This record gives sequence, structure tokens and C-alpha cells, in this order.
Amino acid sequence: MAVLVIAEHDNKSLNDATRAAVTAASKMGGDIHVLVAGKGASGVAEAAGKLDGVAKVLHADADHLEHKMAEALAALVLSLADGYDAILSPATTTGKNFMPRVAAKLDVMQISDITSVESADTFVRPIYAGNAMMTVKSTDAKKVITVRGTTFEKAGDGGSASVESVDAPAGPFKSAFVSEELAKSDRPELTAAKIVISGGRGMASGDNFHLLDKIADKLNAAVGASRAAVDAGFVPNDYQVGQTGKVVAPELYIAVGISGAIQHLAGMKDSKVIVAINKDEEAPIFSVADYGLVADLFKALPELDAELAKAGY
Amino acid sequence: MKILVPVKRVVDYNVKVRVKPDQSGVDLANVKMSMNPFCEIAVEEAIRLKEAGKADEIVVVSIGPSQAQETIRTALAMGADRGILVTAEGRVEPLAVAKILAKIVEEESPDLVVLGKQAIDDDANQTGQMLGALLDWPQGTFASKVELDGGNVTVTREIDGGLQTIKLDGPAIVTTDLRLNEPRYASLPNIMKAKRKPIDTKTPEDYGVDISPRLEVVKVTEPPKREAGIKVESVAQLVDKLKNEAGVL
Repeated sequence: MAVLVIAEHDNKSLNDATRAAVTAASKMGGDIHVLVAGKGASGVAEAAGKLDGVAKVLHADADHLEHKMAEALAALVLSLADGYDAILSPATTTGKNFMPRVAAKLDVMQISDITSVESADTFVRPIYAGNAMMTVKSTDAKKVITVRGTTFEKAGDGGSASVESVDAPAGPFKSAFVSEELAKSDRPELTAAKIVISGGRGMASGDNFHLLDKIADKLNAAVGASRAAVDAGFVPNDYQVGQTGKVVAPELYIAVGISGAIQHLAGMKDSKVIVAINKDEEAPIFSVADYGLVADLFKALPELDAELAKAGY
Repeated sequence: MKILVPVKRVVDYNVKVRVKPDQSGVDLANVKMSMNPFCEIAVEEAIRLKEAGKADEIVVVSIGPSQAQETIRTALAMGADRGILVTAEGRVEPLAVAKILAKIVEEESPDLVVLGKQAIDDDANQTGQMLGALLDWPQGTFASKVELDGGNVTVTREIDGGLQTIKLDGPAIVTTDLRLNEPRYASLPNIMKAKRKPIDTKTPEDYGVDISPRLEVVKVTEPPKREAGIKVESVAQLVDKLKNEAGVL
């Protein structure tokens, strides 16, 4: 048995989601190979070689792999698929984009966003916005799987696998990259942060998010948002936590002015400790919060900022 | 140009589903069903392209029980032109759906297929991509903006970290994200008119597609419950608890 894990990266550094996928692969048994596809990503390939449990790194370097277009990535993975019993990718927007193409070409059903590996063919995944957990057994010869990053431990750096170059099919692919607009942030990435503080519709405006920013800076936390806050234009959409946004599971999640719709809970209810600050004591968020504070956020946030300062943050 | 829009009938997004005690699935008896929200956005986008003079026909497809006809009627009332219902009982997986859709694409030769990015019941996020692979068409997933220019489709996509714009050599697949548009409500006169629009009824056998599931459901369980929390009286007490009780500060 051999498992291929496709690394998530930005051509410069290895994303932590890859570490979770490697851990999931290790629970399936067998040799683990990691594919690093990109342009000028040899540093990433080296980093992948150091991951615990990785036997070999395949490095495909080509101009047309720079932007991780689905058509090019799927063609590359398919060219390698023969040698593997399972193909895993982190369930990031890149993984969600190209992996179903791989599955369809192999004529197998993809198993999306797994949260647990029961055995080499049986997996658990959330359905209905995380309101139910489904255990599925795959009858396909090859398993194509995307892995939820927040539920698996991150593989450490104890390995020393060799890096081998592989060729990438060159296309043409009928799709072309035009441009990218990435939000700039000095804060930790939302899905990797130990503390996340999120604002909802109750924040009332985008300007008020600076109240969260101040606290986030003190705690080295990431700032998130509910769909309502994103739709209202308070913050960009990559802040969104929920069923259709990012799934986070930090040590501490602070929900401010968020009612707690099931779509939002789907993205954060695996957090270790949840704090809710809301003036509506009937808000559903209080049913999942470990600590709830019924208060006007415009009073509570400056107070919190001051208390944290007092506590030495 | 012709646009094909697959739509799915799912549990209404406001319903909190309950797992059946025998762990065979979730209880869907007497639960409100609606069109999957992402599919509504797909229908809306197709109609806007038609209103902008870029498309002349919108065909809506749904694969599911006979009640899925209501979902097609909803799309027709929003402004789609005709429907195709492929009746199938039980769980039909994205791979089977993509295979049926690929056959329909062969028959109908649309220039664009617009789907939702995921269905809120199985949360799979696969069908559009699988259809793209089966047809060897390019894909623009998680679209927040779609522009047609002759045979080309320019799609702005929501990705981790921001937005990405790509250009597809049509015919192409687009899957919709939440911020692509705000779907319209069907007006009463349009709901009446939709009743006269044609719906073809087919079966998976008509397309020669085997829909037997590849994933066997072992069990469906409740997610782990969280312990009930406490309400604190003040911010000071909150910080104290986080520091000394929870140990997360």
C-alpha cells in the first residue's frame, strides 16, 4: 500500500494543512509520498522531506504549475496515480478544486473533508453543516480523499526523505491564470491561529472591527467573521468562518456580535474553548459557548482590551 | 448561447436536522425541503446572463425523487425556460450525478454549465469539478464574478487568502459561491406561468448510467455534544476564568 499526499503551499512555504494530511495518511498505513507541484518551490519540497513518516517527495517544477490551476494539477496527479492506493489532499480551496477532477477521471467517488480515519477504507466526515457525522466505507479500488486540517495532529519535522523530480504533463489546459488579489495580514492565518476573535453583524460597521484588531494584536490572534459581517461588506470574504468559509478549531474562539447560526457553528464548534459576547441572551451562540457574557459589545470590547492590558498583554 | 443549470432539492438551510436513533441517516420525514442555496445563486446568474443578452436559453436539470419537480418549477418561476427531471430514489452520489449531467450536456450541447459549489446536505463540493473532468472542460469554481466574452469565460474565484481571476476557454463549468449574486424571489404571476413551462422526465437508465453508490454508509451519528457553559457577569470575570480556569490565556 502506498499513499500520495499532495502538498498545499504558496511556492515558498509549506502550509500546515499538509501536515494534517500526512498524519491522516499515516493512519491508513503504507508508504507515504508527498507531491510538491509548483514553480520554484524546491524549498517547499525540502520542507516536505522533513515531515514525520514521509518516505519520498516528488517534486514537479513547471511554469504552468505556479498558480495551482485545477486542470494542470489534476493532469499531473493522474499521471502518478497508477502507483498509489490512495491520494490525499488537504481540504483547502486548492484541494477542493482539483481533487474531484482526479476522482472522476479515475472513476472513483471522492471522500470529502474527512475528520477521522477508521481504517484504510473507512472514514468519518461531517454532513449537514456538521450536524451529523457520517462513517463511510469506500468500495472503490483507489481512494481519493480530502482532509479537514483542523481535526488531525500536525506531522512534525523528524523525517529525512529524498526528493525526486517528476515531469508534469504540459497541457494545453483550456484555462489561464489572469490575476490574484490576496488580503495582506501580519496576523496568524485564520485556520492555524491558536486564538481567533470573530465579529458578526452586531459589529455594525467595518470600522468597528478595529476593536477586534486591537485585542487580536494583544493575543496574537487571527480575526474572523460571520457570513453576515462579510455580506455586509465589513471585512473581506476570506475572513469568513463557517460551513461555506473556513473551518477553525483554535484553543480559544471569541464570538462577538455573532448570533450563532448553524452555518457559522459548523466552522468553529470544534474549538477548545468558546466565548460568546452578545447582548441578546437568547442568541443560539450561548448554547455552545463555554463562557458567555451578555453585554453590549461596544462596552465589553474596550473593557476586554483594558483587562488584557492589566493582565500583562 | 445555452446555459445548463443543475439544481438540487435539499433540506431547507434553516432546519436543524436530527440523526435517526438507528444511526441509518438523518430524519427527513416531514422536514421542509427547498432548493439548495448555491443552486439558487446558479439559477440567478444564468437568468442575469440571459437578461444581459448573453444567453438565450436556460435549461434546468434536477436528479432526485419525483418531488424534485417542485425544485425545477421554482427555477422556472425565477426565469429558466425548461426543465429536465431525472428521477432516482435514494442517495445519488456526485460521481453518478456528474455522469448523468455529462450525458445531458452531450444531448443539449450547452455553452456553459453553472452549478452551486456544494449542496448543504452532503457538503461534498465535487459535482461541478467531476463534470468538468468527464467532459474535459475547464472549470471556474467558487465564483464570485462571471463575465462572458464570446466563447471565453472570465471567472473571479474565492480562494483561501483572497480572490483569483482566471480565464476559461469555453465551453466551461462554473460553480457559484455565496457572493456571486442575490437570488430573486419568484413573483406570483411567474409561478403561475412556470406551471406551463415544459419539464421532460427521464431516468438514469435512459442515459445508461449506473447510480449505485460507491460509498457505503456504515452509520450516521450525532456530533459530540459540548458541555453546557456558564454565563459570566463581567469582562474581568471572563478574563479571570479564561486565565485561571480554562488556561487558554
